[in-house]
Amino acid sequence: MSKLLTMREAIRELVPDGASLALGLQMEQMIPFAAGHEIIRQNKRGLTLIGPISDILFDQMIAAGCVEQVIAAWVGNVMMGSAYNFRRAVEQGGLKVVNLSNFAVALALQAAAMGVPFLPTRTALGSDVARGNEFFAKIDSPFEDSQSGESSTRLGGRGRPPLREQVKLHAVRALSPDVAIVHLQRADRDGNAHCWGNFGVMIEAVRAARRVIVVAEEIVDGDVIASDPNRTVIPGFLVSAVVACSYGAHPSPVQGCYGRDNAFFRQYHEQTKTQADSDAWLQHWVHSVADRQAYMNQLGGCRVEGLGVKQHAYAAQTDFGY
Amino acid sequence: MAMTTVIPERRAYTPGELMVVSAAREIRDGEIVFVGMRLPLIAFVVAKKTHAPNAVGLFENGVIRCTPSPQLIYTMADPANIRNATQCLDMLGVMSLLQSERVHLGFLGAAEVDRFGNLNSTQVRGPKGVTRLPGSGGACDIASLAQRFVVLLEHSRERLPERVSYITSPGNGDGQGWRQRVGLPRGGPAAVITSKAVLRFGDDGEAYLSSTHPGVNVDEVLCHTGWPLRVSSEVMLTPEPSAEELNAIREYDKDGFWTK
Repeated sequence: MSKLLTMREAIRELVPDGASLALGLQMEQMIPFAAGHEIIRQNKRGLTLIGPISDILFDQMIAAGCVEQVIAAWVGNVMMGSAYNFRRAVEQGGLKVVNLSNFAVALALQAAAMGVPFLPTRTALGSDVARGNEFFAKIDSPFEDSQSGESSTRLGGRGRPPLREQVKLHAVRALSPDVAIVHLQRADRDGNAHCWGNFGVMIEAVRAARRVIVVAEEIVDGDVIASDPNRTVIPGFLVSAVVACSYGAHPSPVQGCYGRDNAFFRQYHEQTKTQADSDAWLQHWVHSVADRQAYMNQLGGCRVEGLGVKQHAYAAQTDFGY
Repeated sequence: MAMTTVIPERRAYTPGELMVVSAAREIRDGEIVFVGMRLPLIAFVVAKKTHAPNAVGLFENGVIRCTPSPQLIYTMADPANIRNATQCLDMLGVMSLLQSERVHLGFLGAAEVDRFGNLNSTQVRGPKGVTRLPGSGGACDIASLAQRFVVLLEHSRERLPERVSYITSPGNGDGQGWRQRVGLPRGGPAAVITSKAVLRFGDDGEAYLSSTHPGVNVDEVLCHTGWPLRVSSEVMLTPEPSAEELNAIREYDKDGFWTK
């Protein structure tokens, strides 16, 4: 059954006000900017944004007033530093932030993906990130022999009973986003999707989420996906909607499709220092364009061409024959 | 205190280049390195092209590289950092390698570093109130779990306070034995590379001045540090970049985006 929708339909039907959204899951690649901009245009309110790092998309959605809460490890502009709207919203007390580390974001999503209430880790012990944070609880390992790095036998020495110390751990609470939005290279109409490049926390987020929107550079036949099942990162039965959107991740890169528009990130940093400047930026790049095609037209053919792949680098063929 | 007068002179390299080279030299050949954002991206490349050709780089987006990226990158997920990578998977995979003690060295930046090597990159309190910063990213994980970590930052009293107001990434806490007490399995700070000096850490967990950069004297470092910094009995001069190291930087960062 085809799950193809337009971006407008997918956001309208699947992202209600007040929803928790996981976005930017492949770190600095394949950030679903087109989806984020449609959310801004539809004036969604009271959203919770979830992600490891957010390379300026969270900042734009905060500037637009869509966001009530952020659950993340890092919010900024990766090559330039701070993101001003996030910063201003926190400093003025208008935004609730749950600070996590990258590993904790991955573990929280993975716990939900696995259907368990938490996963144990040794990260963030003694850190203020974990202090008073609803996503962390201190626990002791229930097992005497730790499987951890410095095993007691190694430290115990020959002929002496090994030192048995209770291993201290953090339990990281499971986190199920209402919606995960993933941008990638290609999908079929059922939502079976291929991705190549770095995955970040995409796979666990997709399994953890209640609904998944797949945004693809290209829609292909199911045969193409099935020809290379190791490259399938999302099975279609987890997917609620498939959106075809070429250049939908700009200014972030999509491996094999287009590069990172570094100048755009630099300009964003210069052009969004105040709320008024940010409003003007949103007016120009989001509100005054109807969709991604109009956005790309505004960006201009020259600039788009400059971002294209300069030198293709195809992987070796893989033989699934028998 | 006896002090040689340092005559200001034009140097053949920038402060950024000296910091990158100093960071690169912390990487030993064959080590598994968790490469952080920004300056460490280029320190890893310099180490690979000079003294540590067998170092392996792990990036928190899921990339593992045995070769330096073929062109300058601004983020770890730039397409050039994916091309010809050794493995390209997910964050849980590389974080698992970090947690299971496979990673020798991790690099971190921070807004503040204190006397015991604790890092703050979440929020700072100044005269104008609280300033919100981007947050931990993977820094808390690297500081918690790597066998050792190295910090890079600008040297000033504000950036080096006696005690950070928020521990984003745990160093030695309040001193000796703290990491073990809170349950951290290993690790801790090995060095803080600033724009003026290199600090290292004693067995008691406290930082001391190990070397000053060329053109910077001990008093200047002490005066720009937010606590009475201990000084090694043999303060060294931070070795200047070699021609080979400078070439490696300049061939890669042609416009000096990271190092000018």
